[in-house]
Order: sequence, then C-alpha cells, then structure tokens
Amino acid sequence: MSQNEDAEIVHFDNVGLRYGTEKEVLTDVSFTLYSGRFYFLTGASGAGKTSMLKLLYLAQRPSRGLIRMFGTDAITLPRDRLPGFRRRLGVVFQDFRLVPHLSAFDNVALPLRVAGVPERDIIKPVTDMLDWVELGDRSHARPATLSGGEQQRVAIARAVIGRPDMLVADEPTGNVDPDMAIKLLRLFEALNRLGTTVVVATHDVHLLRKVPDSLIMRLDKGRLSDPTGALRYPPRRTVAAPRPDLVLR
Amino acid sequence: MNLLATITGNRREEWRERASAERRLLPQGKLSGPMPWVIAIMIGLTVVASACGLALRNTARVASADVAGGVTVQIVNGAPRERDRQAQAALAALQDAPGVASARLVPQRELDALVEPWLGTTAGDDVNALPVPALIDVRLSGNADAAAIDTLRRRIKPAAEDARIDAQASWLAPVFEAIGALQWLAGGLIALLAFATVATVLLASRNALSNHRATIEIVHMLGGTDAQIAKIFQRSMAVDAAAGGIGGLLLGMVTTALLARQFAALGSGMMTAGGLGWTDWLVICCIPVGGVLLAVLTARLSVLQALKGML
Repeated sequence: MSQNEDAEIVHFDNVGLRYGTEKEVLTDVSFTLYSGRFYFLTGASGAGKTSMLKLLYLAQRPSRGLIRMFGTDAITLPRDRLPGFRRRLGVVFQDFRLVPHLSAFDNVALPLRVAGVPERDIIKPVTDMLDWVELGDRSHARPATLSGGEQQRVAIARAVIGRPDMLVADEPTGNVDPDMAIKLLRLFEALNRLGTTVVVATHDVHLLRKVPDSLIMRLDKGRLSDPTGALRYPPRRTVAAPRPDLVLR
Repeated sequence: MNLLATITGNRREEWRERASAERRLLPQGKLSGPMPWVIAIMIGLTVVASACGLALRNTARVASADVAGGVTVQIVNGAPRERDRQAQAALAALQDAPGVASARLVPQRELDALVEPWLGTTAGDDVNALPVPALIDVRLSGNADAAAIDTLRRRIKPAAEDARIDAQASWLAPVFEAIGALQWLAGGLIALLAFATVATVLLASRNALSNHRATIEIVHMLGGTDAQIAKIFQRSMAVDAAAGGIGGLLLGMVTTALLARQFAALGSGMMTAGGLGWTDWLVICCIPVGGVLLAVLTARLSVLQALKGML
C-alpha cells in the first residue's frame, strides 16, 4: 500500500450537470475518490457515465455543486492552470480520439511531447508500451488503417504512457476480444498498484468481478448509488501485495 | 569555450527537438494552400505602392529644394526696346540687392525654345510678332517667401515699372498639392493592404482552427497549453508569409523597376529626381519582414482568442 493511499484525490459535493436548458443528466452527485484505488463506474446506457467522466477529466464544468481535485477547487480553477491538472490525468475516450494524421507511435508519444519530454527519452517507453499492447509491429500505422480493437489499445497506451495520478477510462474494453480485455484490465491493475487511481466506466458486469479489490459506483438516471461502499468514509482498506506479473515494466 | 559550445549545442538540439515535436502535433500546410500566393500579391502591391510613395516624396523634396529660393521677374511690355531697357535696369537693381544669390537674364534663344512647342520657329511662324515677356531668373540665398518678394518688388519697381515678380514655388504649389495627395493615396493603399492581409490571415487561421478542432481538443485534453497550439499556427503562418513575402518582394521590385524605366524614358527633370535611394530600397526590403510579423501576430491573437472559447 502506498503512503498516499486514502488521500483524497477527487471530491464531488452535490454536483449537478445539465446541457443547455435540458433536464439534469447528473443530479446531486456526491462522492470522494481516494488515491491508489480502483473504481468501476457502472450503469445502464444513458445513465450519465460519460458525463460524469467528462467532469472527472475536466472537459466539462458542472452546472452546480463543488468539485475538488488534487486538493484544489476545480470549478474556480483558472484556465491557465488546467493543462497542469490534465497532465496528471490519463483518459481513454469511448471513441478513442486518436489524432488521424499521426502514427500509432506518435499518438502514444503525444502526452510526453505535450509535456515537453525530450525526444530521446520518448522512443523507448513508447516502443515498450506499444509492445505491451501487442502493437509493436504497427507503430507506424495511422489510425485509419488500424482495427477498432487496435485503435482502442493505442488509446489506452496513450492514456497510461505518462504514468498519470488518475486514469479515467470510458468503456476501455468495448472493442477488444475477451483475452485482450483481461490483458488491458491487468495493465490497469498494474498501474493501480503503482499508485495510480483508476476509474473505469463500463456496463460489462462480468468485468467487475475480474478486479477483486475494486470499488463500484453505480449511476442510475443521473443519480449515484453505492453498492460496494465505494463512497463510504473512511474507505474500506484493502491490503494486497503486488503480484510480480502485474507490475508495469 | 568548449563548455560554451557544448551548452549552446545542447540548447540548439533541445530547441530543434521541441520544434520538431510541436510540428508533429498538427499537420503543417507546407505551402500547399493559397495563403503564400495571397500574401505574395499583398506584399507585391504594398511594395509598388510604397515605391511610388517614396518616389513622389523624393520628387517633391528635390523640386521643393530647387524652387524654394527661386524668383521669376517678368517684364511685360509690348515695345521691344522699352522691354529690353526695363530688363537691364531690373537686372542691375537685382545684382546689388541684399539676399540675392544670383540673377540672370534669360537669353532670347532660351525664350524661343520655351515657346517653340506652342508657336514654332520655322519659316512662316510669326514668333517674332508675339510680344514675349523678358524673363529674369533670380536665386535668393533664403526662401522666396512673401516678405522677400515684397522687398524685391520695392527695389525693382522704380527701375522697371512693368515688372511682375513671382516666387517659383507658387507656380508649383498645385503640383506639390497633387504630389501630397498621391502620397496620401499611397499611404491609404498600404493601410488597406495591411488591413486586407490581417483579414486574410484571420480567416485562414480560423479556418485552420476549425479544420483541426478535433486534434486541438485532444491536445488540450492531454494538457497542451494555448501557447503551444498558437505556436504551431504561428510557425505555419510564418513559413507561408515568408514564402509569400519573398515572392511578393521580387514581384514588386520587378514592377517598380519597369515603372522606373518608363518614367526615366520621359526625360523630365522632375521624374528623374524621384529616383529611389538605397535607404528607400532598405525600407522596401523591410516590407516582407513587416508582413511576416503582421501575419504571425494576427495568427497568434486569432488562435488564442478562439482557444479561449474551449475549456
């Protein structure tokens, strides 16, 4: 267990979100996420999972309520400080959002380049990451020539390459075969054991059982329920030694 | 020295790496679009307008300096003998007058040459029957202002009652006014061209921003700053503007040279006085640099303004 475990990383207090003048897609959402934990966000299609993730990766401001991230009020955060916060997040978008004119290698390298990592320090980690998601031989391929599953793996590699403090993934296993889904989940677990807080949005109930120490948040018509006590304070402690095969190399 | 070379070398390498990395974030235009051509036309027209403005300024300066101290004394009398007498008397009065640098009675053959285009000199032309005034060309050591003309008038009138005294500058005043108006016109054209360049760059930047909106959003989500994204557009615009600027400068200089040849062929003193000096050419060569700076600044401000709309 890392020293920072149980440190608050995200706090939502009575958050509501509406688009334009429509009715609220998220209502009275309150919860706290702790550092180094693994969360699943579940709910039926249209329950508000993607909207909740948008708030988590700072793509959207709430209509009401308070959001604190990394100990700072994210609502009143000045715009010029957002990039620094976003670099602490890894995001896997449901629609991948790969840059079409860049190769798989350059897409994965993008967060490092944006962060100003020297080019000589980029090649090895990106190559290793592409090997890990079994795309080492497709590193020069552009997204349009990759299958849906391959694009998803590139998106995941891009999200985790910068060793973010928090990884937010929207249906990350939706387009891959079951074996690859398990493999990707193991990658998330390995990252989690290295201290990264992981939030995975999925409607696949089978996936929830694959990570035994995970906590589940369920959204139903924009309201949050707490079937595993994920939102309880103090949080449930889980002590588990890292498995050697899960350690991210 | 070696340490300094190593540090500068490393810095240069880092800068090159960073520039290369930033270039990869968005696809670059590589001069394929219409922007370099548009900028070339704008710069070319600005160069021609500036060259014309500078040539007009030079013409006005030289002509003004030539006529600033010039005074013409006309003896308007129909009787040739009386006219000659008054001319000689006026000349004698002028030669002793204070403030007069030189005074010269214009010889008859020069007067004939002056009126030749209108009256002719061949047999049958009755040029001698026309009473042409005698002319005295006077150069003052100072400007031929109203006070100086009055002083001269008081000195000449007792000796030559038919004398008419005029400052040469007053004859050319309408010409100077016309030159001044043309200079303003050239300045207005330059301002309009600069405005058109800004508007074109603004449109191009917004268009590029719109085309790359999805990529920009991704870069934003990954922690890219507005300055990083603006820098990419700036660099792209600088390349386009530099290429267009060089092309426009060449186009403008060739056009200016051709125009200069045409005017020089007129053989008029006033036209040849308007030739461009090396400082004028230096100013003209700065136009593409100004164009690049204007385009880059416009691109930066428009991109930053548009990015403000994104969270």
